[in-house]
Amino acid sequence: MSSLQEMKIAADGQNRPKTPIYLDYQATTPTDSRVVEAMLPYFTTHFGNPHSRNHSFGWEAEKAVENARAQVASIIGADEKEIIFTSGATESNNLAIKGVAHFYKGKKNHVITVVTEHKCVLDSCRHLELEGFDITYLPVQQNGLIDLEQLKAAIRPDTCIVSVMAVNNEIGVIQPLAEIGKICRAAKVYFHTDAAQAVGKIPLNVEEMNIDMMSISGHKIYGPKGIGALYVRRKPRVRLEALIHGGGQERGMRSGTLPTPLCVGLGEACAIAQREMGAEAERLKGLRDRFYKKIKEQLPEVYLNGDLDSRIPGNLNLSFAYVEGEGLMMGIKDLAVSSGSACTSASLEPSYVLRALGVEEELAHTSLRIGLGRFTTEQDVDYAVEHIVESVQRLRSMSPLWEMAQEGIDIKSIKWAEH
Amino acid sequence: MAYSEKLIDHYENPRNVGALDKGDFSVGTGLVGAPACGDVMKLQIKVGADGRIEDAKFKTFGCGSAIASSSLATEWVKGKTLDEAETIKNTMIAQQLSLPPVKIHCSVLAEDAIKAAIKDYREKHGKPAEKAAE
Repeated sequence: MSSLQEMKIAADGQNRPKTPIYLDYQATTPTDSRVVEAMLPYFTTHFGNPHSRNHSFGWEAEKAVENARAQVASIIGADEKEIIFTSGATESNNLAIKGVAHFYKGKKNHVITVVTEHKCVLDSCRHLELEGFDITYLPVQQNGLIDLEQLKAAIRPDTCIVSVMAVNNEIGVIQPLAEIGKICRAAKVYFHTDAAQAVGKIPLNVEEMNIDMMSISGHKIYGPKGIGALYVRRKPRVRLEALIHGGGQERGMRSGTLPTPLCVGLGEACAIAQREMGAEAERLKGLRDRFYKKIKEQLPEVYLNGDLDSRIPGNLNLSFAYVEGEGLMMGIKDLAVSSGSACTSASLEPSYVLRALGVEEELAHTSLRIGLGRFTTEQDVDYAVEHIVESVQRLRSMSPLWEMAQEGIDIKSIKWAEH
Repeated sequence: MAYSEKLIDHYENPRNVGALDKGDFSVGTGLVGAPACGDVMKLQIKVGADGRIEDAKFKTFGCGSAIASSSLATEWVKGKTLDEAETIKNTMIAQQLSLPPVKIHCSVLAEDAIKAAIKDYREKHGKPAEKAAE
């Protein structure tokens, strides 16, 4: 940063938000202090094992866990008996997909999922493939949503489970859950949804949406890390094989002593989200629209990835043409965002989600994911926009591709040596 | 990723950003990389009457390491003869900037850009590419 910029910021320091600014709410969220408050006694005074049946320490812990279970159930319109605590959405997704597939192995060997699913769903499916299961990976349309007709066509007599995420972690698009649920119910196939990015952000109801299994994450909804849940429908009953064996806790589906403080944290996080979701969604949508509008006003050739309307309010995924994503992130180091650029991934491949939408590789390399959340302010948004605009302009001025575009040279007409 | 101070300095204060006239007889232009791979470098050299590189400019689409590598490359080629500039190796760039292993390809691209610019200059002057190709 130049000293001039520093002086400028110092001069209007009053309005300067605290930096770095966190704009990566789809990666994780801070635990809400109200949640921490609710958790604390269960580390110390109320430390009992919730499975101890013979003394008050156990009863107290059990009561807290069951209260939390009810809070989790409430936000998705489920019964508390249908909630299984897990270590997080990755475990929930593994349990749902592998659990059902293993239970029906031999009779039903087909699983349907989507190419833009989270890695833990895709990798679970890959694992099942190695075991001899047949997996259909549905494509998505340009807006990131699946085509319901393709889903209908993919269902076979031997399909045991359809797993479609509620909200995508990179582009924030919301899949048509109720329609998918209807199709699956009519075909008598279980419908599992990874709702890690959806719970607390959009209204969900497992009854109205005919959802049979739903994965929930604690740390995406201002709860603690290391806890999640799987909703498993009782009527009609979903049968699945456990991944973790032991003392038979969680109706035998997930053994292991429940982490009382974490369960309480997840429950409280759900309760807060349920109370505040309506107003918070409004507020975030306002901030998101402000962000997008200001960027579009100041920069040409910025493209939104994923559908704008069927999208959670706190997500923007933008491609800034001719500016590579990681290079851009280095220029806005005051802002914590993430990028679909290859350079930020271990595999050096650009985002598979963006590629699945048909976003060309060169544009996928230029994408930023901006995640707004509970503690994002209007000041944060304005500051972030200002810095992104400044950085994009600077990097475009030194981009050979931008130069060619200004000269009217079609970048596709050049024979590039791919390396 | 944690980057070295030198790398960050080249990213934040890149040397020799800009363009030289491609059509100028004394200018050689190298364009390497591919947009689909996430990095493209354009490096230009202007060769003086004494056969030394008197000016160099670059523009880069890429990550911070790519920008820094090309910035450093322009700094290093200045004042050198073409033969001297050709001896600049990617390993020298990688070492100078302390590039992490996943970023070594950025320095390779910078070396390629230097070579491509020299080749272009030599071709303009009727010398086939044999020397640059080795």
